[in-house]
Amino acid sequence: MCPEAAEEPSVFKSRVGLFWLKKTETMQDEKVDGDYGLIINGHSLAFALEKNLRLELLRTACMCQTVICCRVTPLQKAQVVQLVKKYKQAVTLAIGDGANDVSMIKVAHIGVGISGQEGMQAVLSSDFSFAQFRYLQRLLLVHGRWSYIRMCKFLGYFFYKNFTFTLVQFWYAFFCGFSAQTVYEDWFITFYNMVYTALPVLGMCLFDQDVNDRWSLYHPQLYAPGQKNQYFNKKAFVNCVMHSCYSSLILFFIPWASMHDTVRDDGKEIADYQSFALLAQTCLLIVVYTQLCLDTYYWTAVNHFFVWGSMVAYFSITLTMCSNGMFYMFTSSFPFIGTTRNSLNQPNVWLTIFLTFLLCILPVVAFRFIFIQLRPTINDKVRYKMRTEELPVPAPRRLRRRHSTRSGYAFSHSQGYGDLVTSRKFLMKRSTKRAPLFTQTDSSIFQNQPQHYRTIAEEAEESQGHSP
Amino acid sequence: MMASSYSAKDEDGHITVSGPGGGTLRNKKPENTAFKQQRLPAWQPILTAGTVLPAFFIIGLIFIPIGIGLYVTSNNIKEFEIDYTGDDTSSPCYNCAKNFSWNNTKSCTCTIPFQLDQPYESNVFMYYGLSNFYQNHRRYVKSRDDSQLNGNIDSLKKPSKECEPYASIDNKPIAPCGAIANSMFNDTLTLFYNDPNGTSVPIPLTSTGIAWWTDKHVKFRNPVGTNSNLTAVFQGTVKPVNWHRPVYELDTDPENNGFINEDFIVWMRTAALPTFRKLYRIIQKKNTMAPTLPRGNYTLVVDYNYPVRSFEGRKRMILSTISWMGGKNPFLGIAYITVGSVCFFLGVVLLVIHHKYGNRNNSANISN
Repeated sequence: MCPEAAEEPSVFKSRVGLFWLKKTETMQDEKVDGDYGLIINGHSLAFALEKNLRLELLRTACMCQTVICCRVTPLQKAQVVQLVKKYKQAVTLAIGDGANDVSMIKVAHIGVGISGQEGMQAVLSSDFSFAQFRYLQRLLLVHGRWSYIRMCKFLGYFFYKNFTFTLVQFWYAFFCGFSAQTVYEDWFITFYNMVYTALPVLGMCLFDQDVNDRWSLYHPQLYAPGQKNQYFNKKAFVNCVMHSCYSSLILFFIPWASMHDTVRDDGKEIADYQSFALLAQTCLLIVVYTQLCLDTYYWTAVNHFFVWGSMVAYFSITLTMCSNGMFYMFTSSFPFIGTTRNSLNQPNVWLTIFLTFLLCILPVVAFRFIFIQLRPTINDKVRYKMRTEELPVPAPRRLRRRHSTRSGYAFSHSQGYGDLVTSRKFLMKRSTKRAPLFTQTDSSIFQNQPQHYRTIAEEAEESQGHSP
Repeated sequence: MMASSYSAKDEDGHITVSGPGGGTLRNKKPENTAFKQQRLPAWQPILTAGTVLPAFFIIGLIFIPIGIGLYVTSNNIKEFEIDYTGDDTSSPCYNCAKNFSWNNTKSCTCTIPFQLDQPYESNVFMYYGLSNFYQNHRRYVKSRDDSQLNGNIDSLKKPSKECEPYASIDNKPIAPCGAIANSMFNDTLTLFYNDPNGTSVPIPLTSTGIAWWTDKHVKFRNPVGTNSNLTAVFQGTVKPVNWHRPVYELDTDPENNGFINEDFIVWMRTAALPTFRKLYRIIQKKNTMAPTLPRGNYTLVVDYNYPVRSFEGRKRMILSTISWMGGKNPFLGIAYITVGSVCFFLGVVLLVIHHKYGNRNNSANISN
């Protein structure tokens, strides 16, 4: 397979994780010329999974296109998955339909159970379950991909809106004597995450699709960014923080410069704390909503309702809190009486809001446009294609007419591997001497005779033997 | 353990349960609606050159005239500022500032002559400005009792705890309580015009109409007592520590006395930044022929009562005209012009990039 390869598989130790705390050992991939496959059965696998051989097994298996392990016990299935998990730092998925697949499903990162012929055991211990094996394609390429994109967008946006919100308060600290005076109104701070920006994000996370499901199946390469963890990693997080820093600087210093020593158009005050707070919070909300609008790629009616509804809710709640009625009822809770009426009718307030909004949003639009033009990703290309071309026709399904009323059954030609399983000794002790496994040299299948097996046990247990 | 139920699944996930009551069809498939199958009709916008480039150009073309308009408007506003802190020996108010003490019964007066090079048309607004005065400090901002200021009798007799330590003296409540009221600006500024004959003409200053309408009529109310005499209503309260006169003697006009005194209201509207200006008086335009403030020599007479030197603050008097965008502030104009030009330039750059590299988005490049 790989003539120039080293004798021993190379394993290197490294640290991964958020703060590089987790120690891992990773086996490197090796180049191989040609396409190979590996078929190994349970008895051989029992040897191959021993401590001194399993890295070699993994190395060989990774050089193959496909590996088939047949006649394996449930524990061995789990051990193969565990081996890949530990030494390849890869995300593993296990799919099975029977009770013997349960351990493998539990060990893998993602366990998929098929409900059907073999019963519900696999389903009960799995993360996802469906009725037919072929639905796995949709699970991965459509739903898994959408879910990854939605999560990453959600995380990026959530960090952005909260960092921006908090950093504006930080800049204000330099101008309020570091006394921890908030630049926003108290009610706004309470409602920001719960009311004003809750529903739009929810809408984006529930409904967003960058590419149609049929196009997702037609172009499986779209799945690659999820495997490479491209949409939300340390670099993306740092980008998000820098974007928030920039936005917060704009969101504080533009209103600051515009309200510095200024008055209203009838000479009265506009640079007071309450009007400044109102201006700052309106600018922030409009910028944050527009950023969400740029992030949402799939605008259903629900999204429209959530976004525009939240904006209307903000203005109505703010107007209500600055109204006479609320002030008379709860005097100390609503001291911002009259602020909206006196500041939001000023042209220079709205000009400031408009300037802030554009200064925050235009760089984002420009950056995204430049990246689409210079380095379009496969997503961008497919999205452009979606606009111009027709949907691809789904592949015709081959109908199978198999109906069965039985739930499950098992039978065995030969003795089975109960002893293999119950020996409990294999892979835990190094056996220096082993008894030969097969008493006959020819394969029993041809001769239609039962095979004689010996367990992989110490010689002391040879005496137990078993009858054919 | 195998599942022991006799439920069979066919192709489509329909489960047939055969029981004593006959066969029933239990469908475990999710509904095939557009909502549940994520097929809702949607608008899917993408950033194409056809939307982004015109947007940049249009924004650039709109912003530049707006910026020019703002800048020209701001330049046409006339403003004159005098710093009368008195920290410099050459300043007329130096002696007042140096000799300031809290026990002064007689107020110190200083006179500052100045000159206006241009006549001021229309209404002229007179402001006092303070610097390095942190009206936005957290403990300061919450040191007030809005119920008391709204005329609530209970709060008048028992101010809220937020006003501590300026809530009461010798068990008598302070009206108005709090640090904001206590530090009210109490310099008196008057203007005189020295006409060519040499006589000093006092300029009439209007002291009402300087606070927000909602403040004067909704937020601040005098407490109502059995008789309309304010002195009687405020019986049992004391004035704030730093005030020279009690709150019911702020003005002889009963509409401007007590809590609804407009100077008091203007001061209580705390500023957002440490350098601020507050409206003090308005010089109304008398008749259409003469300018409100003609060109010439003027005198500012200051009753120096407000100490700022201890915290290195500064005091100033500002005379300013007003336009539709407020006072003189060239920032917005310059910002709009800058952003408009940068936008336009960026539009050109993006156009060039799109022209040269735009065909990378061609669908033929998708390797399948």
